[in-house]
Amino acid sequence: MTRVGVVVFPGSNCEYDALAAMTSLGADAELVWHSVTDLDGFDAIILPGGFAHGDYLRPGALARFSPVMEAVTRFASDGGSVLGICNGFQVLTEAGLLPGALQKNRGLTFLCQPTTLVVSSTASVLTSHATLGQELVIPINHFSGSYTCDDATYDELIANDRIVLTYKENPNGSRGDIAGITNARGNVVGLMPHPERAMSTLLGSDDGRILLESFVTAPIASFVL
Amino acid sequence: MNYFVIVDVTLRAGIADPEGATIERALPALGFTGVTDVKAGKSFRMNIDADSETDALEKATALAERLLSNPVIEDASARLGAVHAS
Repeated sequence: MTRVGVVVFPGSNCEYDALAAMTSLGADAELVWHSVTDLDGFDAIILPGGFAHGDYLRPGALARFSPVMEAVTRFASDGGSVLGICNGFQVLTEAGLLPGALQKNRGLTFLCQPTTLVVSSTASVLTSHATLGQELVIPINHFSGSYTCDDATYDELIANDRIVLTYKENPNGSRGDIAGITNARGNVVGLMPHPERAMSTLLGSDDGRILLESFVTAPIASFVL
Repeated sequence: MNYFVIVDVTLRAGIADPEGATIERALPALGFTGVTDVKAGKSFRMNIDADSETDALEKATALAERLLSNPVIEDASARLGAVHAS
């Protein structure tokens, strides 16, 4: 059984959704407070959505200095699966585990709506079970979700198949319609949409399942690119 | 010696600035014409204990690059201000 740690920063607010999603997929999931410095025993780590440290200064700017982030960085460099959802994605970019930055949405509105995503790479722990070109309806819920990076970074993301999910209709001005990216090894993924909120058709969509199933089974499958 | 330092954080050239653009669009309605290239940014003020002005500015620049700004999208610059009113 995959052991998943869901990191809780002061101000996180999607940790129980992530926990419930992981548990429903058969994972052994537990919350991990941000002061923890040892992630031994975990197979996968989730940085959930919310407003870590109040999003003061910039989303993720203070969270990246939480003690747990050194452990997350070591965990990722050892090949562990790491998923940043929404605010978690912002934390991963601030921490330098993923390139680029998330800026305020074009239009300056907080967006809370279902979006259609297109799977644009299956070479990551989040998308390995999905099919290239597959469309998934998953909600977004953010103010700073417009992905930004310089030309060199963008070219590298394209060349190495590191854009894993794109918006079918760009809601926030993200460069290249980017909704989610991965690192070079495919074991660290960040995305703005919330797959953990798309786990049941009763609540609008269960399209998040295929993504989180990939994530839960990746450590067992020894995902290697 | 205590130095009053101001750090300005602005978006790098070429990075979209929806806040600045929105402010600029609002100005003509208020009767302010001829205002262009409005950029939104942040300003931080602090007292820094240092041996010299140069040391104070170096310290401010270092902390601005490490924490106050995100070098991927923002530039930071430090300057000495008049005496801190605090």
